[in-house]
Amino acid sequence: MALAKRIIPCLDVDAGRVVKGVKFVDIRDAGDPVETARRYDEQGADEIIFLDITASSDDRATMADVVAQVASEVFIPLTVGGGIRELTDISRMLNAGADKVSINTAAVFNPAFVKQASAHFGSQCIVIAVDAKQTDFGENPKWGIFTHGGRKHTGIDAIDWCRRMSDYGAGELLLTSMDRDGTRSGFDNELNRRVSEAVPIPLIASGGVGNLQDLVDGVKLGKADAVLAASIFHFGDHTVPQAKQRMAEAGIEVRL
Amino acid sequence: MITIVDLGMGNLRSVENALKKVAPDQTIKVSSNEQHIYDAERVVLPGQGAIGTWFQTFRKLSLSAALEDAIKNKPLLGICIGQQAMFEHCDEDGGVMGLGLFKGQVRHFKQFHSRSANLKTPQMGWNQVNQTQAHPLWKGIPDQTWFYFVHSFCANAEHAADIYGETDYGHNFTAAVGKKNLFAVQFHPEKSQHAGLQLLNNFTQWDGTV
Repeated sequence: MALAKRIIPCLDVDAGRVVKGVKFVDIRDAGDPVETARRYDEQGADEIIFLDITASSDDRATMADVVAQVASEVFIPLTVGGGIRELTDISRMLNAGADKVSINTAAVFNPAFVKQASAHFGSQCIVIAVDAKQTDFGENPKWGIFTHGGRKHTGIDAIDWCRRMSDYGAGELLLTSMDRDGTRSGFDNELNRRVSEAVPIPLIASGGVGNLQDLVDGVKLGKADAVLAASIFHFGDHTVPQAKQRMAEAGIEVRL
Repeated sequence: MITIVDLGMGNLRSVENALKKVAPDQTIKVSSNEQHIYDAERVVLPGQGAIGTWFQTFRKLSLSAALEDAIKNKPLLGICIGQQAMFEHCDEDGGVMGLGLFKGQVRHFKQFHSRSANLKTPQMGWNQVNQTQAHPLWKGIPDQTWFYFVHSFCANAEHAADIYGETDYGHNFTAAVGKKNLFAVQFHPEKSQHAGLQLLNNFTQWDGTV
């Protein structure tokens, strides 16, 4: 008996609709976030993360509506990320029914915000999303923190940054390898392991999952506490139960 | 009426949503008004975040008398900090005296065992609950069912008779505690899918006897 490693599907939401194509065998409306979340819940997903990629701030209210609808039907933890810049953004999502918010860019531009947010709402609901990219290869590899979808290097070392965010009260880290994101070639487990061993808080590994073995490797090699995946579930290649089965076979504790 | 005591901390919307789902015919109120606690048939004492702030708000709102009445007379369910608050003392926030309804201390996971040294805290995620005794709130929930936890501090009840569930995270801690009309859990039933809804459903029908 032990804490289970979590499998977390991530849904990108644009103006209230799930994008990137989610495919379930018998789904009526593949773009409906409520229906999609319900399906993942039925499949046994341990949590769900919504990433609001809406460009216009007018549509931010739409995300809160989506969260409210999902939260009234789906009783597993819900995290919302994207556009969380102020304490009022956090209140709005928590009041709508989110359990956690994920902060990315705002943490980089204003690290004190993370302190404020965790002091105000409690560490348990503050997830810090970290976008990292390898900058030094060779014997002493290094990773940097990037913004603007991985285009802009901030000059901050990723491991140092993760430690700092943990010190500032983050309850959890969502670490995305910008090198692997979208490649389906597996997590950057060297990065994951280094971060996981450097911080006392849980780590969600993200970026690069292409098959079920990648999820196993994220836990075994990357020492991740949770694995996030989007496309392998969305496109119907694999289901959450298949992923859990594979992890269980590899000796990983999962909630079955 | 079921009143969810609102101390202005964390997400009570989830608890409200879950209770509405299992008891659509009952009135569910999220309130910090003492009258709503007096008027309730059942009371839920939730909580997230820091226990020091929890107790500060609790005192500021002068809810002691109303809650004392509920503690004596009504089916009462504590969740997370609501459970921790029922013990004698918690080490968090420089040390906080609890309500003392259950004998025992609330400590950080790292205080316990050398095995806990490299544990990640908070414990965040699904863990199994070993039902150490039968209870009306466990009705329809198999032993060793998975529930969702988020916490860095945990309780260890001193009297085995008070313990209804234990969970292993570095060491065995008290995941569920109860006595007469009181039942309290460290995990979040409102976030624990079917099993959590079942527990809440049991609570909405519980007469407060064991």
